[in-house]
Amino acid sequence: MNKFLLPLGAFIALIALLAVGLGLNPREVPSPLVGKPAPAFNVPLLSNPDKNFSPKDMQGKVWLFNVWASWCVSCREEHPILVEYSKTAGAIPVVGLNYKDKRDDGLRWLARFGDPYLLSAFDGDGRVGINYGVYGVPETYLIDKAGVIRFKQIGPITPEVLEKKILPLVKELNT
Amino acid sequence: MKLLIALSLALSFSIALAKEAAPLAADPVVEQRLIHIAEELRCLVCQNESLAGSQADLAKDLREEVRGLIKEGKTDNEVKDFLVSRYGDFVLYRPQIKPTTYLLWAGPFLLLIIGLFALIRYLKQRSKVVADAPLSEAEKQRAEALLKDIQS
Amino acid sequence: MIPELGHFALILAFFVTLVQGVLPLLGAQRNRAEWVAVARPATAAAFLLVAFSFACLTWVFYTNDFTVQYAAAHSNTQMPTMYRVSAVWGGHEGSLLLWVLMLTGWAMTVALFSRQLPEVMVARVLAVLGLVAVGLLAFVLLTSNPFDRMLPGAEEGRSLNPLLQDPGLVYHPPLLYMGYVGMSVVFAFAIAALLAGQLDAAWARWSRPWTTVAWVFLTLGIALGSWWAYYELGWGGWWFWDPVENASFMPWLVATALIHSLAVTEKRGSFKNWTVLLAIAAFSLSLLGTFLVRSGVLTSVHAFATDPRRGIFILMLLAIVVGGSLFLFALRAPKVSLGGRFELVSRETFLLINNVLLVVACGAVLLGTLYPLIVDAFGLGKISVGPPYFNAVFVPIMLPLLVLVAIGPVARWKQADLKTILFKLWPAAVAAVIAGVALPMLAGAWHAYVAIALALVGWMVAALVLQTIERMKAGTPTASWWGMQLAHFGLAAFVVGVAMVGTYQEERDVRMEPGDTVSVGGYNFKFNGVHLADGPNYRASVGSFDLVKDGKLERILHPEKRDYQSSSMPMTEAAIDASLTRDVYVSLGEPLTPDRENGAWAVRVYFKPFVDWIWGGCFLMALGGLIAAGDRRYRLRVKASAPVTAGALA
Repeated sequence: MNKFLLPLGAFIALIALLAVGLGLNPREVPSPLVGKPAPAFNVPLLSNPDKNFSPKDMQGKVWLFNVWASWCVSCREEHPILVEYSKTAGAIPVVGLNYKDKRDDGLRWLARFGDPYLLSAFDGDGRVGINYGVYGVPETYLIDKAGVIRFKQIGPITPEVLEKKILPLVKELNT
Repeated sequence: MKLLIALSLALSFSIALAKEAAPLAADPVVEQRLIHIAEELRCLVCQNESLAGSQADLAKDLREEVRGLIKEGKTDNEVKDFLVSRYGDFVLYRPQIKPTTYLLWAGPFLLLIIGLFALIRYLKQRSKVVADAPLSEAEKQRAEALLKDIQS
Repeated sequence: MIPELGHFALILAFFVTLVQGVLPLLGAQRNRAEWVAVARPATAAAFLLVAFSFACLTWVFYTNDFTVQYAAAHSNTQMPTMYRVSAVWGGHEGSLLLWVLMLTGWAMTVALFSRQLPEVMVARVLAVLGLVAVGLLAFVLLTSNPFDRMLPGAEEGRSLNPLLQDPGLVYHPPLLYMGYVGMSVVFAFAIAALLAGQLDAAWARWSRPWTTVAWVFLTLGIALGSWWAYYELGWGGWWFWDPVENASFMPWLVATALIHSLAVTEKRGSFKNWTVLLAIAAFSLSLLGTFLVRSGVLTSVHAFATDPRRGIFILMLLAIVVGGSLFLFALRAPKVSLGGRFELVSRETFLLINNVLLVVACGAVLLGTLYPLIVDAFGLGKISVGPPYFNAVFVPIMLPLLVLVAIGPVARWKQADLKTILFKLWPAAVAAVIAGVALPMLAGAWHAYVAIALALVGWMVAALVLQTIERMKAGTPTASWWGMQLAHFGLAAFVVGVAMVGTYQEERDVRMEPGDTVSVGGYNFKFNGVHLADGPNYRASVGSFDLVKDGKLERILHPEKRDYQSSSMPMTEAAIDASLTRDVYVSLGEPLTPDRENGAWAVRVYFKPFVDWIWGGCFLMALGGLIAAGDRRYRLRVKASAPVTAGALA
């Protein structure tokens, strides 16, 4: 073999790598929590500071855990989709986590855009968010009957994500 | 306690004595460890900044979280492990040594060994091939021209 | 109208460079003198057209024509004229146009200053540069046209990122691009020589000054960028191993290797294949850097707004230009002669080791920069590779280089003797031990890290002095020899800066109210409060600090916190008192009370010993390069009789 072809070979490998790289999104960080039990917490509800919510309350159910905030712009994009989904027959419960928000702002936001949530937990200082590895709101976790996270959507849920990824998985988990 | 702080603040405004400035952090020892840890962690929402340097909201929250963990008596590695368990390996600026990063950590030194090995082989081979070949007529002329340049 | 003229000039330039790229090559192949003669005029025309186009874009910015999309996105009427004009290269489209301007400018310079070279060779070089320009102009015209209109136009522009509104923007990108793009000349010489089958000492001699000048620009561009980050970002670091910094550093490492191997190729006719490969690699890495910055495959603090189409286009360009050259290399290299004989211990060998170390260092940086991408591409997750990694692998590879830098110039060409070298250098070894033991003690505390670094500095500097004495005895040295000495001295100064600031810097984060004091590194700061001031497009909180040393007021420092109208992120402008042996650095953090003027502020103060030696060292390296490039032997005409053809093809 011609050893002078080595640089060309190495370069072709590099180009192939870069071509694959173009199709990837470096900003999207997969969650290590998928496949692990949802971290426990116990925080008050958005609507009622005297009542608390803990993921244990949802044991035995398949549910969605949606992190949202009134200051979050892309949440507005996502919200109508959640509102609509919550109205469909057989929809699984959606629990909200009002993340780093002010109570009044959060409640006003729900009054204005609709409330798809079974309830919203209130995470004013963002500690729950850190426990769930939240870095870009909105984020949504699909949690199974045993309390294990099965899927995480970073960024808004689009109709496509809902149809193609979340709903088939829900079906599978419910059987 | 809060009242005391407020009172002392109010006083210091009015008097403004030349006094030694207080460290920003409530507990400088914790802060030093925080910086030490946070410099090797990546802020997730920034383009490419360390957790120590970033002014992003999430970075501030995470620093607060790390302070809390330090105060709970966690070691540096335990703090890092916690963040990795929540955010993944992406937060570590110093990648952990594991099968997927063997090549990363060994690569440069492998390259060095390969480079030096190739160098030695090349030199040995070369000394066999290149005899003290007499210069061609053309080369001689050029060599003379070069010598002249240097001397002139 | 002006934007359309600019756009039209670019289209014309595309066709002119096409002619510049094709005709002279064919002419050289078929011995058609009139086709070869097209090279120079076409090069001049291409340069003038691109320069005109660039002037049009500058005019658009100067006159605030916000019907042009690019201007509306990167400038506004409130910005000072200096920044409005340099905002031309503040974004992707304009900076790419700057790239093309410099490419045609370098080609123009080659056309002007190559009267002493054979006409056919010059024509080939200009043609290769023309072909590269064709690719980049197509890229500008098809994916990144800075003249695109937006109708109706915007009332007001969106302004430039405040971080970029700094004198740094005026000088850093042009210098860096001059370096990046200068590598294209080196590349063109290499390709021209490969095409002609004339890879010989003459080629090396012609390439050397161009390589050195491009390297000088690259050195200055990187150093000034580092200095900019140091004073602008407000936390006092000077190198972050960000992918974009790495993208500029990799061509620098290879170009440095190239400078050294060209010396051997010119003087001894050896390593021709290796040298030509380095020349191709230096420019390839420049193009790769452009790809990494503009395609969005890596996250970086400097990244431009990305568009996948652009990524695909540059990748194709990269594949064609570099792939084509490496293919040509594989075809031609087996026929190239090995050059003169030399012994295992000789200056040739030392320079080869230098090359191996620099190239391995570059490989390490490349590996670390691309590794997250590799892991991701294989679906193994997301990881980050940051400064801790680079420091851990880069430094050990560089240390032997610092040892060798003293030995190489002492060793004789062809055959050197280890004993003689050792005999010559033993005083340097003594100096190294003394420097390693004593200097850290004098500086305050002994640490292994700084001791090793300073021992190496002692070794390098003592060897430089010994060599200079010996060389002076033998007669007046050439300019290029002095250039080398100065550059190596610059390297030693750089190491001093890195080691001292890395070990002895002091930092304090404090809460300060007017009247409070804080001291660091023997200096005392007294905070006098803050006053508000209006800049052209921002509101500043200007702090006032008395800098006191031994009870004597040295200076009043004014760090600022600026709120730009266009941005919600406040900007930090540190105040620095610089001197030869230390910087003291103060920056305002956040106001801790609602009352900005008389309230408390978070303040960060630094004492940074010898930090300016980092950039001073780079400046000396660049100056050394400049002196070497000016050596008169590069300006001599090649005698018409000197055969530059088949001689090298043994």
